[in-house]
Amino acid sequence: MSEYAADALIPHTVEPHPVTGIPNGKFGIWLFLASEVMLFGALFSSYVLLRTGAPHWPPEGGLSSEILNVPLATLNTAVLITSSITMVLAWASCKMGRIDRFRLWMGATIALAFVFLVVKYFEYTHKFELGHFPSHDNFYAVYFTLTGLHGLHVIGGIVVNTYLLTAGSRLWTTEPVHFTNRVENAGLYWHFVDLVWIFLFPSLYLL
Amino acid sequence: MAETAEHPSSPEEFKKHLGKYYVVFVALLCLTAITVGVSYLKLNRPLAIAIALIIATVKAGMVAGVFMHLISEKKVIYAVLILTAAFFLVVLLLPSLTVFEGVAA
Repeated sequence: MSEYAADALIPHTVEPHPVTGIPNGKFGIWLFLASEVMLFGALFSSYVLLRTGAPHWPPEGGLSSEILNVPLATLNTAVLITSSITMVLAWASCKMGRIDRFRLWMGATIALAFVFLVVKYFEYTHKFELGHFPSHDNFYAVYFTLTGLHGLHVIGGIVVNTYLLTAGSRLWTTEPVHFTNRVENAGLYWHFVDLVWIFLFPSLYLL
Repeated sequence: MAETAEHPSSPEEFKKHLGKYYVVFVALLCLTAITVGVSYLKLNRPLAIAIALIIATVKAGMVAGVFMHLISEKKVIYAVLILTAAFFLVVLLLPSLTVFEGVAA
């Protein structure tokens, strides 16, 4: 191996970094999640400002729970929570050396993420049929911005998880601990996406 | 990775720790049902917002604490999160400045 190639290897993918006490990948994903907290936090803060400044919320009258589909959103909440535990079980399967079980649970996690998106698709298209686009009023602007950004995160999770399930899983045969750490990091991200929805669901649909 | 209660080394030992994930899973589903149920009671808004946000915070705590293993993490991650929480609070409270401006005017 040339000197360049050796330098190009990312250090501390398996062994904890002496300063942080954790592998670099895990530290990196936590820093990324910290920035995500600020991204969603800024939008959530904007929502609070728009809502408290409005004479009535939603502006066109009625209640959020009458305008949006609460049963579908409740279903989606259950779907995301379930996908969080299947993600944990995928990682746990790696820890127990069961790559076959990992494939099963990771496949389930990805499938549930697709279920979430399909339900969201039906919710969105119903709003569009009524002519309710983000430009309709502040309520729909907030609703589409927050759920849209969250939906993009779900798509991002599907991409990463699908990589780990397919081509990425080759790493298991050469470096199982490194691969397990990658699954753990993808899991940290995925649980965060679940966590964001836990706040979005009541604040957009129920209150 | 260092061997701790959260990350035992042998697969057999590890398997014993899986129970807590199922407990949290069921608790999250129950709390979701409670949140939706409470919303049908049509309580006054401040009370409804308080209850919903308390339940959401408890749920988020369980996801972060157990699924994301924050209950037993390294100090550096806690440090990052404390800093994040502080800035998050600033961002959340920023809109209240508009209230003070209203008083001044």
